[in-house]
Amino acid sequence: MLKIGVKDLAKYPFLTEAGEYLRNTGLSLEQLGHPDWQPIVEKAYGRIVVASSGQIYGSDLETLDNDSELLSFLVAIILLKSAGIATLIRRFSLAESRRAERYLQQDLWVSRDKKNLELPLKIIRDLFAVNVSIDNEDFVIKVPDYLHRAIHFHEKEWKLVNRRVANGLVYLSAHETVRLIRAELGEYIHEKIQSVNVDSVPQIFRQRVEDLVTLAKKFSDTTYVSSEYPPCVKHGIEVLEKGENLPHSGRFLLATYLLSKGQTVDQIAPLFKNAPDYNERTTRYQLDHISGSSGSGTKYQCPSCEKLRSESLCFAIPDCDGIINPVQFGKKRKNQ
Amino acid sequence: MNEKNALLIESAFKEYYFNRFDLIHVPQRAAEREFGYQKFNSGMTRHLVVKNDKELHLMLMKEVPSDVYCSNAYYMFPNLPMSEKDWKGADMIFDIDAKDLALPCRKDHTIFKCSSCNNSATEFQSQCPKCGSGKFETASVICKNCISESKKEVTKLVDILTTDLNVQKEQIETYFSGNEGFHIRVTNADYEPLGSQERADLVDYIMFNGAIPESFGIRRQNNSKSLLPTFEEKGWRGRVARKLFSSKSKVPKVTREIIASGYSAFQVQLEEIKKTMGVRVDPKVTMDIHRIFRLEGSINSKSGLSKIQCTNLDSFDPFLEACLLGDDNVEIMVDCPLQIRLKNKKFGPYKSEIVSLPKYAAVYMLCKGLGNAI
Ligand code: SF4
Ligand SMILES: [Zn+2]
Ligand SMILES: [Zn+2]
Repeated sequence: MLKIGVKDLAKYPFLTEAGEYLRNTGLSLEQLGHPDWQPIVEKAYGRIVVASSGQIYGSDLETLDNDSELLSFLVAIILLKSAGIATLIRRFSLAESRRAERYLQQDLWVSRDKKNLELPLKIIRDLFAVNVSIDNEDFVIKVPDYLHRAIHFHEKEWKLVNRRVANGLVYLSAHETVRLIRAELGEYIHEKIQSVNVDSVPQIFRQRVEDLVTLAKKFSDTTYVSSEYPPCVKHGIEVLEKGENLPHSGRFLLATYLLSKGQTVDQIAPLFKNAPDYNERTTRYQLDHISGSSGSGTKYQCPSCEKLRSESLCFAIPDCDGIINPVQFGKKRKNQ
Repeated sequence: MNEKNALLIESAFKEYYFNRFDLIHVPQRAAEREFGYQKFNSGMTRHLVVKNDKELHLMLMKEVPSDVYCSNAYYMFPNLPMSEKDWKGADMIFDIDAKDLALPCRKDHTIFKCSSCNNSATEFQSQCPKCGSGKFETASVICKNCISESKKEVTKLVDILTTDLNVQKEQIETYFSGNEGFHIRVTNADYEPLGSQERADLVDYIMFNGAIPESFGIRRQNNSKSLLPTFEEKGWRGRVARKLFSSKSKVPKVTREIIASGYSAFQVQLEEIKKTMGVRVDPKVTMDIHRIFRLEGSINSKSGLSKIQCTNLDSFDPFLEACLLGDDNVEIMVDCPLQIRLKNKKFGPYKSEIVSLPKYAAVYMLCKGLGNAI
């Protein structure tokens, strides 16, 4: 039997075993309400604040050995559920999945020599039903399991043709293996949080719950999705919101489309915040360039449907019939 | 199609459907599939359930369809409208058609038929020499080369399926399409649940579409450190290596050349490799997970030949083995400027003349639009 210790739970606090561990310590929610536990509440709150700013909460490896890592995760969930704000929950899930992703990748690496890959591989297998095995230096998964996930990435190197394939298996590095399940990890944590029921909250949590509500107000101006947008644009926004990587051509589509709809660079920039490689300065620089307010002064036009189709960025629906550029979407044609 | 022609063809098809039960079977898991058929001069009937051979034979005899189709998909409710069918999975299918192979022989067996006066020619003209019309219909008649080139594609496909994708030989069925190519069906539980986008990427793999130099060790910068694939490697890397180096002794020399020529030159080489080594299948067919695909054993109304399984691909001769209609003679009017060969007999060329032909040949002419019933 695989033994999962407190250190493992600190890295992967969303595992079912975390609940068991807690039960064994005999700690209850009521007890956590005791002022002695205030530092945990603060730690939990900090964890959410970090996540909401788009950053990844880093634990120092020393603290991985005590319960506070695991407990702060659980308390964070209680705080989030009591505040009940979807944006915060989403951002937290995303950040936590990125954090777990780091550990997963590390564990896959570190354990290589020790031949002790049981835990990371078990997590991947149990949570996402993907069997990963080892072949010499590489991790291998079945072609269909690979395709299911890789089609969500638009970079060329993720196309099957650019992978090492043999005997129905795809060969991956530790980093690539983890990258492949990133979206599912985020989803898993998100669902896990959604399924938690919180009926009463200890008094000492209250203040922080209120603080979260205040914090969330900051994000309320970043919701951009409008039902008026064409499917390709909606898709791009969704990809970014999930924290997935959108290829350059997809970002270009979003920028040119939204600019053509009269949005400003300031309004558009926050959209790219969740991108894995987000950098505020470069984003602004690129947006300014596309909008024509810097450099050559040329304002770039939204790419045509045909171009987007060739880049697998088109998700046409019947409403797209008869248009050749996304900017035409939803406009009633005159002679109809 | 004119009524008289349709009647003649229909009666020949009926005879076949009546006599050759031994060749016509439902595929496995038939009850989970959608069936459909078309009749001469009428639309498509879809969303049918045909549970077994008996029901199929009954339907064929009652309806005498011009073409019969069956889904590669499995559904919970195959007879409901598409949105309510509840898709469960689908066999992988591949369509290899000689017309997509851009073969030089195509022009030698394509007949241009003027749409207004029916005059036929073997050469493309912008205007009909008889009536001056600029509208033509084309008919491609049998060609051995087209078949043998299509077979090569099938062999390449089977190689990739079995060595790269771990599909077992027994899970691959190869059929002559009934006209100018082959249909391949793969029943493998691992691949069955794949959606359309997944299949699109798989097809790109098979066609060698979208390969980038980096995947073969060639980078934009720092090329001196390039690590090209080796001879023994599996998958495309090995295939590309064997193609580039042609023999092991040439590896050092060719490696130097490749590195010296740089990134874009290598990109061009990959394009070349795609043309010769990529399998030329019709990607739309493989991507479509709701398609109804020609049913094996049924007749293709584009030719009057049957879609039948090829147990031995190398020796398979469709113009002998798939030509299964009756051989009693019928008189028809034929205008076919090329000679064709069916069941080892030569027919034509015919210059708008009335001839007595065995039924299979007569139907072939009518299906190709090169003749008329009298
Ligand atoms: S058809 Fe045009 S507007 Fe519609 S999804 Fe495709 S690219 Fe976008
Ligand atoms: Zn004419
Ligand atoms: Zn030919």
